[in-house]
Amino acid sequence: MDFLTNVVGILLGGLSAGTVLFIVSVGPSVHMGLMGFINLAHGAFAMFGGYVIVLAMNRAHVPFIAALALGFVATAALSVVLERTLYRRLYRAGELDQVLFTIGLIFIFIACAILVVGPESQTLQLPAELGGQLNLGFMQYRTYSIFLIVVGLLIAIGISLVFERTRIGAQIRATVDNRRMTESLGIDVDRLFTITFAFGSGMAGIGGGLGAEFLGLDPQYGLKYLVYFLIAVSVGGLGSLIGVYYAALILGVLDFVLKLYLPKGGTMFLYALTILLLLWRPQGLFGRKET
Amino acid sequence: MSAASPAEPAAPSAAIDHPGAQALVTRHRLRWWEAPPWLAALAFYFAYPAYLGFGAELLTTILFALSLDLALGYAGIITLGHAAFFGAGAYTVGMLAYYEIWNEPLGGLALAALAAAAVGLLSGLVLLRTRGLTLLMLTLCTMALLQESANMARAYTGGFDGLPGLNITPVFGVFEFNPLYANTQYLYALGVLFVCFVFVRTLIYSPFGQSLTGIRENLLRMRAIGAPVRWRLVVCYTISAALAGIAGGLWAQTNAYVNLSALDLDRAATVFIVLILGGYGRLYGAFIGAVAYLALEHFLAKVYPTAWQLGLGLLLVLIALFARNGIIGLGETLWRRYTARRGAP
Repeated sequence: MDFLTNVVGILLGGLSAGTVLFIVSVGPSVHMGLMGFINLAHGAFAMFGGYVIVLAMNRAHVPFIAALALGFVATAALSVVLERTLYRRLYRAGELDQVLFTIGLIFIFIACAILVVGPESQTLQLPAELGGQLNLGFMQYRTYSIFLIVVGLLIAIGISLVFERTRIGAQIRATVDNRRMTESLGIDVDRLFTITFAFGSGMAGIGGGLGAEFLGLDPQYGLKYLVYFLIAVSVGGLGSLIGVYYAALILGVLDFVLKLYLPKGGTMFLYALTILLLLWRPQGLFGRKET
Repeated sequence: MSAASPAEPAAPSAAIDHPGAQALVTRHRLRWWEAPPWLAALAFYFAYPAYLGFGAELLTTILFALSLDLALGYAGIITLGHAAFFGAGAYTVGMLAYYEIWNEPLGGLALAALAAAAVGLLSGLVLLRTRGLTLLMLTLCTMALLQESANMARAYTGGFDGLPGLNITPVFGVFEFNPLYANTQYLYALGVLFVCFVFVRTLIYSPFGQSLTGIRENLLRMRAIGAPVRWRLVVCYTISAALAGIAGGLWAQTNAYVNLSALDLDRAATVFIVLILGGYGRLYGAFIGAVAYLALEHFLAKVYPTAWQLGLGLLLVLIALFARNGIIGLGETLWRRYTARRGAP
């Protein structure tokens, strides 16, 4: 019984961390799959959303759910502006320029966060109903972790329904498969890019806010977790929703287990595993083979 | 038949007289503007004796950026993990000197180059099958893996604190490294950079270098004409790694310490920025970029760290959007416009 409780505890902790990773990475993955655009800055968007959410709650005392909505809208709005003015100029540029551009964006976000909010770390004050412990029947566990896992699952199901069942989902799938053919059919691919980018960035913003409780939130956020976000995207496979979900959850659980049992050098195994996996399947777990 | 034969030898010479052909035939020759950077480096030694420590760091960064230029600028291998080789070289020199196995500087650099080349060859053999984001991730993870290993092997590498107070014997047994006055360090770094530069310059103007540019520009066509693309890339990556290892070894020797920052993402990103800022795929891009970046950082970052980060970010975005070939590319465009305007009337 004790062993079982342990295992379930580790699983739940890892899954909740993985869920945050998923919420941050799902949008960029779809966008990268659509565009073939290398975007290193999605951690910065997550940070922006996180700041909006945390500051709205701590300073303006906005309720939790409303703050999340606000974070989503603000991040999506910012990303639309950036996409329309800057990103789209680089869709046809080389990978090098895209990497350079998004690294530059990270630096700008860091500096702005320091200038506007300050260099100190922000903490998320959970609402009372999410702060306690939840009785699972055979054990107690943190309500917030359970809440995160459920929310992540709902988001994954929601997005996959949109992907599979709606017109815009079909258009996105078609564009990932064959962009030129889709354009020839008269589908406004440009508009599709903007919508997915805005939605994805908004999700990343929510992820930044939801994860602030245990990942922390400081100006270096976009750089600190850059490798994790990128691992989730590349291991999952570009443009693959299910892939990112599984990759993020596996990454979360593995990271949790390794940090618990191998506090020194646990991350080393994570990197080694990523390398091996990417060598075995360069397109990621669920990605399509490059043509 | 006999009527055509006298014309035949004439045809190639006529082709060589063509300005385009002339440009190709003479492109490897030394130009007048190649002397000033080196003269400036020598003049710096006499003009700013108080800044020679900074100067040595600058020369090391140039060498590091030059090594990246070979892989990224010429062969088009997008890597964010070049600090892996810098660190491999730095730790080779550092550990050999710290445990008093090898303290002689030039031999140390050779060993650093060998160690980094080994890492480059082994990782290149497997990594260079991939492209795009996957390649980027693999280089990043390789570097992170090395950094974690160095952190883990605390008993040998000193972990986070690194190995301080390295004992490096005098260069050629005569010129001693003085921690207070960096005269020897500066000239030593300059000499190493010069030798490496001549090597890189020869390499990129060779047929091998040309094939690298071909691979960068059009992979499919290079495959179609039967070039051994993967092997060329692996060899290039290995050479680039060896040069980065020399830069790392140089860094460890001139600073007399080595720590985990040698393997940092920060260092890899910085050298990436330096190269792009100066202009990649151009021999002197590394020089211009390193001077511009380090001078700005040295004087701005310590006074206004946040403004420095903001300015750097804006600069990178502007370069990515408008000046794809960096400062040198910008200069070339302006120069072409100037000569066109002068030539027009």
